[in-house]
Amino acid sequence: MIALSSIINIALRALKANAMRSFLAILGIIIGVGAVVTMVAIGSGASEKISSQISSIGSNLILVLPGATTQSGIRMGTGTQQTLTMTDAEAISKECSAVIAVAPAITGTAQVVFGNQNWATGVIGTTPDMVIVREWELISGRFVNEQDVRSGTKVAVIGQTVAERLFGELDPIGKVIRIKKIPFEVIGVLDRKGQSLTGQDQDDIIYVPITTAQRTLFGQTLPGRVRMIYAKASSLESIPQATEQIKTLLRQRHRIGPNQEDDFTVMDLTQMLKAAEESTKTMSILLGAIASVSLIVGGIGIMNIMLVSVTERTREIGIRMAVGAKPKDIRMQFLIEAVFLTTIGGIFGLLLGIGTSFAVASLMDWPISISLFSALIAFGFSAFVGVFFGFYPAYKASTLNPIEALRYE
Amino acid sequence: MSIIRLEQVVKIYKFGEFELKVLDDITVSIEKGEFVCIMGPSGSGKSTFMNIIGCLDTPTSGKYFLDGVDVSTFNLDELAEIRNKKIGFVFQQFNLLPRATALENVELPLIYSGVPSKQRKDMALEVLSKVGLTERANHYPRQLSGGQQQRVAIARALVNNPPIMLADEPTGNLDSKSSMEIMEIFKKLNEERGLTTIIVTHEPDIAAFGKRQIRFLDGKIVCDSTVCTVEVNP
Repeated sequence: MIALSSIINIALRALKANAMRSFLAILGIIIGVGAVVTMVAIGSGASEKISSQISSIGSNLILVLPGATTQSGIRMGTGTQQTLTMTDAEAISKECSAVIAVAPAITGTAQVVFGNQNWATGVIGTTPDMVIVREWELISGRFVNEQDVRSGTKVAVIGQTVAERLFGELDPIGKVIRIKKIPFEVIGVLDRKGQSLTGQDQDDIIYVPITTAQRTLFGQTLPGRVRMIYAKASSLESIPQATEQIKTLLRQRHRIGPNQEDDFTVMDLTQMLKAAEESTKTMSILLGAIASVSLIVGGIGIMNIMLVSVTERTREIGIRMAVGAKPKDIRMQFLIEAVFLTTIGGIFGLLLGIGTSFAVASLMDWPISISLFSALIAFGFSAFVGVFFGFYPAYKASTLNPIEALRYE
Repeated sequence: MSIIRLEQVVKIYKFGEFELKVLDDITVSIEKGEFVCIMGPSGSGKSTFMNIIGCLDTPTSGKYFLDGVDVSTFNLDELAEIRNKKIGFVFQQFNLLPRATALENVELPLIYSGVPSKQRKDMALEVLSKVGLTERANHYPRQLSGGQQQRVAIARALVNNPPIMLADEPTGNLDSKSSMEIMEIFKKLNEERGLTTIIVTHEPDIAAFGKRQIRFLDGKIVCDSTVCTVEVNP
């Protein structure tokens, strides 16, 4: 059996002899692979961003907001009425079987001061289950507990952004900050969550016990009323059931008749994001598929060049056969030439794709994700294109009759 | 035992409905170490005869024994193996690879017999020195004269040390001086190594190098100098 290194050497020499033509032949593959890599990077970048947002808001999250109510014929916006109460939240927790955790919230913004630093941020009064609902870890200290809620202690759990703005390098635990001039002790620091779907900084936040918020910070809230209720369904599949249970329960509790509109709104964020994720996935598959077409076209270009090459080198094939090349040796030679072309095209295409992806990322501010997997797929596919489109020309070369091949002018 | 023995070899080429009998019941033996010249007009079947002996082609019927082995039933791979190991071919057109140096051209048969690169180079250089082209080893065919190119081709034919040398009008493209040089090489190889040599030629002075002349006409052997010394005019 003829050594592979010899065949590769022969193939390389033939490609070098027709450098310009070889380059033009692989240009199709370069563009094809480049397009696939770029499209997949753009598509999976988008869906990765959405996925990370899904996990950052907390999976299976359901939001209950006060409804848009109509007062004297004037339709007010969502949340204008404080129709939700602490007891609503407790009832949901107790009676809705598909809900595993509930956290009511009172929200507002406030100026926060520590030492000579000050910062305006969102302050949320809530209950201990908030960290379960939002799947939020603490990097130090603890979260608001039942004791805090019961006695309305002035404690605060701060997000990463707040920690950086107020404390810089200092450890915030145990320090006293002033929220609306009222002193609060920092008892915990939350882990980083990043931007939300709408681009808001989720780490720019302070959690305090809901009772404290109501009594001392946001006095305009009626006693026992909450701004919104966070609920967590037991699984993705049980979200619709949980939504239905919450609606039924609240309609009962708020004594809403069969023909009356709800005075609350139930929002299923996970479902919305899942839908967005699905459509991005579909988009990236579609983009990849369109890009693959150019790879196939590139493969046909390779096949064309290889056929020309076989015809041109008929005499060379005859000579090789006359001195003892077996049909499989000839077939291998041309196959390796084709695979070599497409593999080189694959490498350059990969570089082109990575370059284009980064250009798109920086020029259009689009999240990209180049995975090793997609690079390997593009690379492997280009080698496969070489085998697939190189096989016929190689087969044709190997079946030449040596006598006729030697006579070929 | 004859190194080459053809028994009732017939070769028919088919062109659609039309059949052409190129070789018609050829039976001939060539002994080891013989120097045979094949003569005959174009279309007399001598090239087909050479192709069959050289295992580039197979007979339609009849048997071909090479070294006592019937190769007429061999498949393409087996024939390639025979061409590689047992036959050295020299052509009128030289048939060197234009993009390979003299040395690389000579190495070519060794690539297909799986000889490692380093050893290939040594073996190729050795045969190149035998045909007096050591200092031209790194020249490309276009940088060599016709005579030199043919000597590279002879070196290529010799590199695997085959027992049989076949040459199809090796001097057809050469001037008379180069022709004589090439024929002297063949003669020397035949005498010193006992290389069985078969040469097709049109020219009587080239044919005179052969110790045996075989004349073809219309696919038949009309004269074989071992059995008849009478010149038969075509």
